[in-house]
Amino acid sequence: MLEIVIFSTLNGILYGLLLFMLSSGLTLIFSMMGVLNFAHASFYMLGAYFAYTMGMEIGFWPALLLAPILVGGLGAMVEKFGLRRVHENGHVAELLFTFGLAYVIDELVQLIWGTVAVSYREPDYMREPLFTLFGTDYSIFRGVVILIAVFMFIALWFLLKKTRVGMMIRAALTHGNMVGHLGHNVPRLFMGVFGFGCALAGLAGVIGGPLLATEPGMAVTLGPIVFVVVVVGGMGSLIGAFYASLLIGLIQTFFVAIDASIADILNAFGMNVDPYGEVTGITLASLAPMTPFILLVLILIFRPRGLMGELEP
Amino acid sequence: MNDITAVAPRQNRFSWRALSPWLISAAVLLILPFVLDSGTAFTLMNVIAVNIVFALSYNMLLGQGGMLSFGHAVFFGLGSYAAMHAMNAIDEASYAGEGFWAHIPVVSMPLVGMIAGGLVALVIGWPFCRRAGTAFAMITLGLGEMVAAAGQMFPSVFGGEAGIYGNRMVGPQWFGLELAQATDVYWFMAFWTFLAVFAMWAFTRTPLGRMSNAVRDNPDRLQFIGYPPRNIRFMIFIASGSFGGLAGGMAAVNYEIITPEALGLIPSGLALLMAAVGGLGVFYGPIVGAIVVSLMNSMLSDYTEASILYVGLVFLAIVMFAPRGLGGGIEQVRVAAREGTLGKRLPGWLTGAVAVVLISLGLVLLIELLFQWRHGDDEFAQFFGLNFVAAEVMSWVWALLMFAAGVAVMRVTKKFREDNA
Amino acid sequence: MLKPIFTFLAASLLLVGTASAETVKLALIDPLTGPMAAAGQPAFEHLKYEAKRINANGGLNGQDLEIVGLDNKVNPQESLVQLQKAIDDGVRYVTQGNGSSVASALISAIEKHNQRNPGEEVLYLNYAAVDPAFTNERCSYWHFRFDANADMKMNALTDYIAANDDIKKVYLINQDYSFGQAVSKAAREMLKEKRPDIEIVGNDFHPLAKVKDFTPYVSKIQSSGADAVITGNWGQDITLLVKAAAEFGLEAPFFTYYGASSGVVTQLGDKGVDRIYQINEYYGEFEDPEMAKRQTELYEQTEWDFYYLRLSTMLDMLKKSADQAKSTDPVDVAKAMEGMKLETTTGEVVMRAEDHQIQLPMFISVMKDDMEYGAEGTDYNFKKVARIDREAVSLPTTCRMRRPK
Repeated sequence: MLEIVIFSTLNGILYGLLLFMLSSGLTLIFSMMGVLNFAHASFYMLGAYFAYTMGMEIGFWPALLLAPILVGGLGAMVEKFGLRRVHENGHVAELLFTFGLAYVIDELVQLIWGTVAVSYREPDYMREPLFTLFGTDYSIFRGVVILIAVFMFIALWFLLKKTRVGMMIRAALTHGNMVGHLGHNVPRLFMGVFGFGCALAGLAGVIGGPLLATEPGMAVTLGPIVFVVVVVGGMGSLIGAFYASLLIGLIQTFFVAIDASIADILNAFGMNVDPYGEVTGITLASLAPMTPFILLVLILIFRPRGLMGELEP
Repeated sequence: MNDITAVAPRQNRFSWRALSPWLISAAVLLILPFVLDSGTAFTLMNVIAVNIVFALSYNMLLGQGGMLSFGHAVFFGLGSYAAMHAMNAIDEASYAGEGFWAHIPVVSMPLVGMIAGGLVALVIGWPFCRRAGTAFAMITLGLGEMVAAAGQMFPSVFGGEAGIYGNRMVGPQWFGLELAQATDVYWFMAFWTFLAVFAMWAFTRTPLGRMSNAVRDNPDRLQFIGYPPRNIRFMIFIASGSFGGLAGGMAAVNYEIITPEALGLIPSGLALLMAAVGGLGVFYGPIVGAIVVSLMNSMLSDYTEASILYVGLVFLAIVMFAPRGLGGGIEQVRVAAREGTLGKRLPGWLTGAVAVVLISLGLVLLIELLFQWRHGDDEFAQFFGLNFVAAEVMSWVWALLMFAAGVAVMRVTKKFREDNA
Repeated sequence: MLKPIFTFLAASLLLVGTASAETVKLALIDPLTGPMAAAGQPAFEHLKYEAKRINANGGLNGQDLEIVGLDNKVNPQESLVQLQKAIDDGVRYVTQGNGSSVASALISAIEKHNQRNPGEEVLYLNYAAVDPAFTNERCSYWHFRFDANADMKMNALTDYIAANDDIKKVYLINQDYSFGQAVSKAAREMLKEKRPDIEIVGNDFHPLAKVKDFTPYVSKIQSSGADAVITGNWGQDITLLVKAAAEFGLEAPFFTYYGASSGVVTQLGDKGVDRIYQINEYYGEFEDPEMAKRQTELYEQTEWDFYYLRLSTMLDMLKKSADQAKSTDPVDVAKAMEGMKLETTTGEVVMRAEDHQIQLPMFISVMKDDMEYGAEGTDYNFKKVARIDREAVSLPTTCRMRRPK
């Protein structure tokens, strides 16, 4: 029992942190520009593939540094030549643009790297166990992932709260026009934020690729969950995204460990329900991967501004 | 100076000119099966018919109501499932010779779908419609995912991976329609498509339809004059869901099978694609979009491996450069013709079209060459009877030249086109 | 952008039956583009390769066999459109394998087409859709299955496990849909029958293709003390599961249906060695030098591995039926094909007339390193561990087939 709790907590935190890395960029973009970047997970995918290709030549750590920069540069280009043009047509048009962009990036990745998954792996020395608990190994790589994610959170927080740029970003969130009037180059700020957000997604990809999988479908499967995190956490709130990621990571992981079915729960309340029925036989474990979406719908109905958001989307 | 009739309330007077598009469409529907009569043509036409209704119903939400939804396939899918179960009930009842279902003809299945879609929208829609915009989009995304997952989990309703299948040749057969061949099905489709399109068009002329535009453009103002936006959105949601379900009912009769995939994000995305490509601001835009996208989906992969990429690029191009879609473009031409400025504007448009063609050809060639080079096929791209092989540099040069020429034309004629617009 | 539109607008509108008198067309309706293309493309290449060999040996009753590829993106409704295109193009033979949902649609559609269009019958050769229903309650005279169905595979697998006294606790983990549930049910029933002392210490279902992180499941398996894991997972679900197991140091072997599908070997690498087993009609190396030669040649020519032995069996049986019936009309070929016996490199196989389900020997194999013929350009491949004879694999059927007069 204790085993299950400890491992579920560790795994939940790890998964949650990965989600946070992936969604922090989106939170920034969404907060600042109101654009829900559908292609965000595609930039995550690009980060993984770039790191894979570069890593073969220059090694894991240099790729860890360079791949996100490349992805960020690409993001900035996309903003300058694509998104900006669509911006004047409204939020829906921007969403449509990123939707189409996601499509196109996914197809191009398949064109360049093929339809079969590539074997993007962490370096061998990182596969050694960091520690062994109850007979199960926890690899060094997982520890590294946690470290990088926490470091990223602290760096972002610092950037937003303690630097001028961060101040401009926070101001532009609620008073975009005023920031422009004060003489700041808002389009350039947008381009920078978008590029930076994409770079964060790319970084998540460099880490997530070996952890999960590097294959052309990785954007499509992870994409929707990232939106859930941003919405549940609340628009404009990085801390909200952090909490939401951890929440979703932990809930999903813990539910998997629970074999109780709906019937079991109802029966514990004194009802007499058939444990093998189609509906009542569903276990929490099989519901686990759906919990983010259930959470999404519930939050949007009862508390649309999310856990810690200041504005409604 | 302004012509007062431009701002006076429109009178719903009968006029031949207003009726003409409907008469022409009906005529086209009647003649089409005699012009194109291969099995594939009929199959495609039936598919397109379903998609037309699906895309139009989606546009009730997005283009007219300003509500971006990622879960529209839920209504389509559930409508289809309802119709499929109904068809099976008809089958059993006819076999047994008695029962309520024995009297229901299969040709009424779209109505069953419509009722199902409407009911679903009624039951779940109220909490969704509080806000429009991004919140609405996200909530429909979550809904779509959940229903799609539920589809896999309850095999008695959804049939598991294999889905639910049925037979459309059962029950009372009205109008002598056996519905055996695709040709028979065509008449069924043509009837329901015409009816549904007309109904949806009529909806836009009703007060509710007008108010849907208002809720899209200025919900605050609508609130001030006394109509709560939430209620309006809810009613539009139900209307859109009903017609989505109607399309689902048509699909059930056409394919005779429905699987849980029809509930998910991919078909919902397809609705968005069709509506956007066709043009959100024009009523018949989604019709054009449905035709183009359906054809691209089914036929393109015979000619190229990059079919999905092309669909995505077309979508991107439209969103970026022609946000009013293909329908918007047609409208521009039509309005110019009516106003008599067509002659003035045509040269500008034609030069633009030439540039677009050049750019597209160059891009297509580049992509095809890329694919070949990557996959090392021993076939080659054939354009105008000339062979382009990835190994030869000249092929690439030609592709780049075409693309560059198109861009050049675009740039050089920019002022000319703007002057004449 | 416009030219392709006009080209296929024209082509699509003018499609008339263009059946060539000289070739017999076999249409493959499978995903050839999109995320599932890695499942359909290798089958397409394999079929084309084998068709060349068949044609060199006289083809089908003297006529050449031509393989036509039609992309369905694993969508059942799209598949029906492609089927109609195929029929219009003069195709009388259709094959498919990816997705029981598609297979279900095709079986229904082809039954109805054949019923409503006598004289234009189409035959459906199913090479991988393993839902047992297709040769039981949904059996159809026009459908022939060339892969052992899911229950047969479980039958063979449980025979192997039952014979292994070291295995006392088994964990089941599957995708939460009809196939995964069928695998779990079959596993539980057959294990109870063959080794009632084996304890099922877990029976998990997870949503299809949605789980990115299998570590929670692996934790559960670990703490249950299972000696073996049985799973019907395919696609990313099998790769991520075994990857997580390897990273966690879970020692228990994984018995899978689809352990050798494309991409798994590359992604797992040494994480899969001695850990991932599969039940299949073939494994990674051929003892027969002729087959080994074909294996290397196919990879050299197309960069896809030869891992669908059943496709070769299917074409060989098609040829034998056509030659025997002295005709390439589906009605005659179907009559010849039911009950047909064929010698293959793994032994004799029989197409059972009762339900059109092929009866064949199966193999348990495990992933190993340093193989002479590595898969996907690596050094890893599957090595034979045990053979289960055809009679042991065989299962009775509930099929009540309606035969044409």
